[in-house]
Amino acid sequence: MNLVAENLSYKPDEQFHLNEVSFDFKKGNIYTILGRTLSGKTTLLKTIAGLLTPDTGAMQFEDKDFLKVPVWERNIAMVYQQFINYPHLNVFENVAFPLKQRKVDDQVIADEVTKSLKSVGLEGYENRKIQELSGGQQQRVSLARSLVKNAKILLLDEPLVNLDYKLREQLREEFKNIFSQGLSEDSIVVFSTTDPREAMEINGEVIVLDEGKVLQVGPAKEIFENPKTLKVAEISNDPPMNILKAFIETNKIKFEEIEVELPDHLSNLKEKNFNLGIRASDIILSDSGFEFEVELAEISGSETLLHLKRGNARIITSIEEVLNFNIHDKVKINFNSNKVYAFNEDGVLASSPFGGSYV
Amino acid sequence: MGKLYKILKYFFITFWAVFVVAPFLWALTTSFKDFNSVNGGATYIPWVDFEPKLEGWRVLIKSPANGGVDIIEPYFNSLFVTCTASLISIILGTLSAYALSRFTFKAGFVKNNDITFFFISQRIMPPIVLSIPFFLFLGAINLLDSLIGLIVVYIVLLMPIAVWIMVDFFNKVPREIDETALIDGCNPYQAFFKVVLPNSIPGLIVAGMFCIIFGWIDFFFAFILTFTEVQLLPVKIVALNSSITPWWSLSASALISVAPLIIVAFVVERYLSKGNLSGAIK
Repeated sequence: MNLVAENLSYKPDEQFHLNEVSFDFKKGNIYTILGRTLSGKTTLLKTIAGLLTPDTGAMQFEDKDFLKVPVWERNIAMVYQQFINYPHLNVFENVAFPLKQRKVDDQVIADEVTKSLKSVGLEGYENRKIQELSGGQQQRVSLARSLVKNAKILLLDEPLVNLDYKLREQLREEFKNIFSQGLSEDSIVVFSTTDPREAMEINGEVIVLDEGKVLQVGPAKEIFENPKTLKVAEISNDPPMNILKAFIETNKIKFEEIEVELPDHLSNLKEKNFNLGIRASDIILSDSGFEFEVELAEISGSETLLHLKRGNARIITSIEEVLNFNIHDKVKINFNSNKVYAFNEDGVLASSPFGGSYV
Repeated sequence: MGKLYKILKYFFITFWAVFVVAPFLWALTTSFKDFNSVNGGATYIPWVDFEPKLEGWRVLIKSPANGGVDIIEPYFNSLFVTCTASLISIILGTLSAYALSRFTFKAGFVKNNDITFFFISQRIMPPIVLSIPFFLFLGAINLLDSLIGLIVVYIVLLMPIAVWIMVDFFNKVPREIDETALIDGCNPYQAFFKVVLPNSIPGLIVAGMFCIIFGWIDFFFAFILTFTEVQLLPVKIVALNSSITPWWSLSASALISVAPLIIVAFVVERYLSKGNLSGAIK
């Protein structure tokens, strides 16, 4: 009954777009595919949709060989990151299109379309042309069109990425509402994103994808707390987690002539040399701290991102207030050692503040 | 600045309008002249400068037995051949263009671009090069001097234009529209007819317009491939020429022969400004 894929691979050119991807999606759940651009997210969604046929692998859904079912018989819905609608139809006709295709009764179509437009906050726009709508409204039309079908599999390919900041926040909120109320026990939602915050907020099962390969699968919280590898830590944090070459000596973590108190969770680390991972938010400005030089300071929203340098070490820290820094300013920072991660030299998580380890 | 710009703008618009319209007016006045009015120096205003006569127009509809040339039949021949050939070219050309734009073909080293170029290459050769094979080919299948033979030849000449324009157009229609149609339950044919085609009307109109223009103005093939049974308008008009050049009936026939193109231009202009693809993808 689940959507099960085994070892899907797709290699149209020299590079793998999908590399032995397997998953088991259960009905009634939301799955988030988290990965950077070109990591294979869209390829994976298109493969589920049937728009791409993988070179090797198998996919089953409801006891059928899903790869043999043509796209138009799969009962899926998909929202693209670009706002795709039918420009020759008005809003109502756009949303009604999939139902008309199924030859549903006109009265039922009218009811369903109205309901669907209401759920995305577009009632009253029925007769508008698509070209007359703003980007956010266009994206809502395509969302309404995908909801109206009551599809068994709903695919959302970075649906928020082309929207402006305000709209993204608003639509993300609406997504959560739609998912929590409107989602039937019978359907599977797959949501792809590059934004770790989005993945955490949607709070479903997360699949971390990189270069077509699944790096880690687990609940959002687990991915955040115990990233399996350095790569996962990089992908699942924004700004990316700082990684520093460090070693342990006499109960201190040492790097770049900095000594930090060894936290309990790192005390039984087997290897002496390791990769120290620390989130940008776990680095604090402190007068008693270590001196770094500012390379770049960016203000993003209500926080300031500082790119700092000391010797060969480069780190990024985020400060929860808007501060002005100049390039080459000296700042003093401290590390919250209770929150640091240790990855062994192969990049596998050795110890996390939340107790995880994959060594 | 603003005022000077406005003056200059209207000056050039007026200049251009006169430039475009003047030949038509000239042809119009000439068509109502007779031998004496044409050769008696430049005159422009009927009833004042010269006495208007309908002879130039009458000749065109009189049968040859009464000293006329009868362009009515060639006129409808031309309309029929041009429209039929354009329609078939657009249908075939649009289908091939869609295939070339959306699917990947490969036969040895021949790929999509090579096939597209093959179509366009039909237009590279000068007509004279094509005329001999066309003549022999039509002769072999007994279609010389026939409407169907002309239609076949015109399809060969017009379809490359349709393919060329439509490939370019389809390449600009986002593929995601087709994909969305498939996801929404259309099979590939329905996706093409219900979604891609309705959004391609501007392209179809441009392609259709070019086909009609190139078909309508062709003289060379109409001249080479017909003798007595079938005649097309451009050939017939040239046949008006005898020892005296009848400027009056030449002008009249020029005006009637350009009329369909003017109608096409007005209709097309209406549609072109209306349709666009914004809103499909932003």
